[in-house]
Amino acid sequence: MAVGEAKTYKIPIGPVHVGLKEPITTWLEVDGERIVDIKVRPGAIHRGIEFMARERNPIQVIYLAERICGICSFAHIESFVRAVEDAASISVPKRAQYIRTIMLELERVHSHILWAGVACYTFGYDSAFNLGLLLREKVMDVLEAISGNRVNYGVGTIGGVRRDITPEAATALEDMLDYYRREFAAFYEVATEDPITKARMRHVGTLPPEDAVRYCAVGPTARASGLRVDLRWSSPYEAYADIEVTPIVPQDYMGEVYGDVFDRFLVRVLEVYQSLDIIEKALLGLPEGPLMAEPKLPKLLALLKAADGVGWSSIEAPRGDDTHVIKLTKGDENVTWWKVRAPTYANIVSWPIMFRGQEIADAPLIVNSIDPCISCMERALVVDKKSGSSEVLTKEELLKRSREKTRRLMGR
Amino acid sequence: MSVLIFVAKLIAGGALLCLGVLLALLYEGVDRIISARMQRRFGPPLLQPFYDVLKLLGKESIVPRRAVVWAFNGAPWMALVTALMVFLYIPMGALPPILGSEGDLILITYLLALSAVALVVGGFASGSPYANVGSQREMVLMMSYELPLALVISTMAWLAYRRGIPGPAFSLETFSSLSLWNTVGWIGTLGLLSLLLALLAVVPAEVGKVPMDIAEAKTEILEGLISEYSGRNLALLKLTYSVRTLALCAVVVALFFPWSLGKAMGFSGVGLFVIDFIWFWIKTFIVQTVGVTTVRTAFGRFKIWQAARFYWVQVGGLALAGMLLLTLEVAIY
Repeated sequence: MAVGEAKTYKIPIGPVHVGLKEPITTWLEVDGERIVDIKVRPGAIHRGIEFMARERNPIQVIYLAERICGICSFAHIESFVRAVEDAASISVPKRAQYIRTIMLELERVHSHILWAGVACYTFGYDSAFNLGLLLREKVMDVLEAISGNRVNYGVGTIGGVRRDITPEAATALEDMLDYYRREFAAFYEVATEDPITKARMRHVGTLPPEDAVRYCAVGPTARASGLRVDLRWSSPYEAYADIEVTPIVPQDYMGEVYGDVFDRFLVRVLEVYQSLDIIEKALLGLPEGPLMAEPKLPKLLALLKAADGVGWSSIEAPRGDDTHVIKLTKGDENVTWWKVRAPTYANIVSWPIMFRGQEIADAPLIVNSIDPCISCMERALVVDKKSGSSEVLTKEELLKRSREKTRRLMGR
Repeated sequence: MSVLIFVAKLIAGGALLCLGVLLALLYEGVDRIISARMQRRFGPPLLQPFYDVLKLLGKESIVPRRAVVWAFNGAPWMALVTALMVFLYIPMGALPPILGSEGDLILITYLLALSAVALVVGGFASGSPYANVGSQREMVLMMSYELPLALVISTMAWLAYRRGIPGPAFSLETFSSLSLWNTVGWIGTLGLLSLLLALLAVVPAEVGKVPMDIAEAKTEILEGLISEYSGRNLALLKLTYSVRTLALCAVVVALFFPWSLGKAMGFSGVGLFVIDFIWFWIKTFIVQTVGVTTVRTAFGRFKIWQAARFYWVQVGGLALAGMLLLTLEVAIY
């Protein structure tokens, strides 16, 4: 409690904290309850997955990519296999594309519901948290019905998918669509019409549109700031080209945009409904045909061994753009190098903007508001510009260092 | 004679305090189950709070290196003892308070405040930034809810005095001897109702439950002012929170719901005492379920300045309205 002079003290949120799902440290410089400045210190859960991939062939790396993250595991393998398909020029059968789309949207539904529940938990609204997790069980059951697994589904493979949407699975899916259209509104109302929820989320962690552009926010974080960015809309992949997808921005629904935590909440909740529509359309238009371009694994491996070049893919994961770049060398069975750029990596840079002038009570909520996936992200060091120290990494510097690292990896 | 009375009071008081602790933990177990069922969960076993406390009593009590040891270790005792002492001043049904002649409602509010202050001291003494923030928040919260609390209590006492209810104005026994609801018309009923609501709004803050668990705020500051406590000290603090919840609900019952079941059923003598004693704890349970369990399940947590504004403006206004309505009532009739 500084009286007269500006004396501040430091409080760490993390690396392990009740309000966080994954380890990351945020050092808050506070004056009483007010946050003056923050420093983000990642690095607690770096696992060197990209390095491990260099001793494996692309089919083995699928399962490694799936384990980058437990929530958006299909998004990562989707992006990875698309990058490999790009490098090896493999075209995917139509039916597989639709099944991939359905899986991606199912994953988005469970990720967003989980996030909304956890956001409520962060400010002590345990009932909404429990309700959210109860609702999420349905989509987990459907994922299990399709793939046999609740978390890492093992559905995607290079050149197609490994699991079909059987008639039983289709029934389960339709059942789920009905269930969510009926039940999810309750959660939406509980969370949005509660005065305390509104008081805790409105005008908290605001990210203005211009800052969202400057700090390269992606996914729901950018959309909540009013930017119309959605890769499903701007560069459609898989079945999204057949299905109309428009980015969900708060101004279309609420009339105005604040870019605060409430808007992020709203965007995610509305995206659940959007995903339900996409699943329904994909299910209706599910074409007949083979599931894989090349079902015989040795033959596929031989094809990949012969491939030479860099493959690139960027998809809209639940948290934003997930980009994978891969290099395959002719005659080399293993992946030459592989680069993952998870959405949290881009979004986390906006934290200092969101934090400035907020209170300690808001800190875990703001941290969670971008839906951080730390184990996806662990790559670099981010420091607030305001601290003015030599550690500052500007965007250009980050870009330069990334290029240097890539060159080093490529052995030039 | 006086020695006999002293010994009798000592025994009765000791028994009552033991009962208070047991009931507090039991009610917390029920509270957790009810809350869980409201959230469509099963919830813990009924006796979970007992297991928790027993387990903590057997654990090592760690004192942080930067803590002020005597204050850090003393605070939980102070908090528990002061909270427990409240039971000695509450009339339970037809049973007069054990120390009724030695203290009144004002003493009870001070005991509850002292218990909170002890927690604050413990928090500051732990030398942890989280506990420090928690203690600051608890102080701000206390300053916020003391206004409506004082308004409610002084208005009630004033009404009892003006209505000519026998006995000292601030003594809780006065309120339990005759229900104030019967002494007022519809304006006064409205006034009493707003006072009751104001007091119920204060309850979550006094007992540190959602939406006013700001000083503990698990997901924000890691249990805040008790974040450094462990082992025996933490067991004492857990007890303190349970006991404070029960004590405050008992005060609400003694103030606003003194209706006797025994008299209505035509009992007298020992039967009346027993029936009303049990009836008193049933009423307390209902107040706790409505005032603590339901509220903590239905809402999220306030921020500290939002809570302060809530108590100064909304709840303070409600208490003030109750006071004015009752003044009007007394002036007219």
